[in-house]
Amino acid sequence: MAPKAPREPVEVIEVARLTKYYADRPAVLDVSFTVARGEIVGFLGPNGAGKTTTMRMLTCFLPPTAGTARVAGFDTLSDSFEVRRRVGYLPESVPLYRDLTVAAYLDFIATLKGLAGAHRVRRVGTVMEECGVSDVRNRPIGRLSRGYRQRVGIAQALVSDPEVLILDEPTVGLDPRQVVEIRALIRGLAGDRTIVLSTHILSEVSALCRRVLVINRGRLVSDDYTSNLARNLQRGLVLDVVARGPAEGVSGTIRGVGGVREVAAAGSGDDAGRYRVACAAGEDPRAAVAAALVGAGYALEGLTARDVSLEEIFVQLVTEGGGTDDRA
Amino acid sequence: MTARRRFAIYRRELAYFFNSPVAYVVITVFLVLAGYFFYNLLGYFNLASMQVMQSPFQARALRLTESVVQPLFGNLAVLLLLILPLLTMRVLAEERRAGTAEILFTCPVSDWDVILGKYFAALTVYATMLAMTAVFPALLARYAEPEPGPIVAGYLGLFLLGAAFIAMGVFFSSISDNQVVAGVATFGCGLLFLLVGWVAPLVSPALAGVLIEISVLEHFAAFAQGVVDTHDAVFYAGFVVCFLFLAVRVLDSNRWRG
Repeated sequence: MAPKAPREPVEVIEVARLTKYYADRPAVLDVSFTVARGEIVGFLGPNGAGKTTTMRMLTCFLPPTAGTARVAGFDTLSDSFEVRRRVGYLPESVPLYRDLTVAAYLDFIATLKGLAGAHRVRRVGTVMEECGVSDVRNRPIGRLSRGYRQRVGIAQALVSDPEVLILDEPTVGLDPRQVVEIRALIRGLAGDRTIVLSTHILSEVSALCRRVLVINRGRLVSDDYTSNLARNLQRGLVLDVVARGPAEGVSGTIRGVGGVREVAAAGSGDDAGRYRVACAAGEDPRAAVAAALVGAGYALEGLTARDVSLEEIFVQLVTEGGGTDDRA
Repeated sequence: MTARRRFAIYRRELAYFFNSPVAYVVITVFLVLAGYFFYNLLGYFNLASMQVMQSPFQARALRLTESVVQPLFGNLAVLLLLILPLLTMRVLAEERRAGTAEILFTCPVSDWDVILGKYFAALTVYATMLAMTAVFPALLARYAEPEPGPIVAGYLGLFLLGAAFIAMGVFFSSISDNQVVAGVATFGCGLLFLLVGWVAPLVSPALAGVLIEISVLEHFAAFAQGVVDTHDAVFYAGFVVCFLFLAVRVLDSNRWRG
């Protein structure tokens, strides 16, 4: 097959209304997004949200039921070979041939990817260095630790020096030290390369990606920069208030302050007197709340604003945004 | 390009057979049983030879080809039916079960590359195993004068028979991610193809003709008699192509069903 000239797209990945049904159960529904060259994009969602299915469609492992996915300007269905040549993929379970040695395995994958001769030998050597597996090159993969296997998995995805790297849960099942190492490795791979990685761990997204796509129950719930996500989603401040006095009176007083959306008693027993105060978006009624409580004669013992963590945003998105295409 | 990929898959598959105990166990079991059959047949032939010494004119009826060589090929054919499913049951089922199919099929390889690479790897193991049984005719040749024709034809027949069973095994390995299912289905279907001619006398002549024509045993019988007929060779070739084609179709349909 003669190599075709790519269209030189700015957007390396273009996904339009991508849909996948398993029998009559939808796994991915009407998902659209684009990824520009050199971006590291995180695919975030709970288990079973459709992340893996989307990645399998991007890598030509599964054909979409409807919609299209283009990688480097080539359609995953009609130009599957061109796409596969340009994509490196690490599936979630890191399925490697356990009986082969690291070097033999990487050489096998490199051959399948179309590398030949001295170039192949050089690439295999380079990725083994890059991924830190040179010292176990002659060991069968089945005898390697989980961390090393993960590195070999990333090495096989990288061996053809692909434009696009797709990593499904690249740090799952690793111990904390290995997680740090693998993240550093992935960060080092960026540059010209476009990386899409999926995870259900939020800290991973903030550690690696500038942009995050949140997917839940097969639908794209949010597509935004990691930093914007926190800002835009913040439905106002959340205050922790500790005040002595009858619960009715205290919550009534707080509720009376402008900019307060909701008050809930957060403690009981020894912990009584704790309240969780949700504020309207854009409002900061901390001073007013303090003044109102003191003015009403209650002893104010504490008042702190809580940062909304990515975890909370995520839960928010996933619980409320589940159905609609709610681009925050 | 595609030849190199196909060869890489072939080499990887062959490496699996010999990195794991599979090839060694299958070859050993096959050779031990084949040796037992050979010993048995030759032992009885010896006994019969001793007896006919008393009445020399009976000795004409006692011939090495009919008493040892042909029964041996018949026994080996049945043994293959039991042994070859063990060789082929994992070739695709295991890729799916272990998830390695996901990396394999996201490389720029075609389904034919995968099927042919794996098929020829299993065929190579089988050819190795068959070649090792050459020690039996060699022993015969050392102590007697067996006719070379029937031996060569018999080996060709066995090779084609095995090639057909392996293609069927590859097909059944493509339909399930469970190796036991693949193995049992291969064995059952193989036995049916071997013995389908049995019912020929019971059914209408037209159907009987078809049954005889698709009976693997009928086509093998000619080879075992020392007759090499292109008609039989074409049957086996068609059998192989048909099952490999089906395997490729299954791979594609699995993809669409997800």
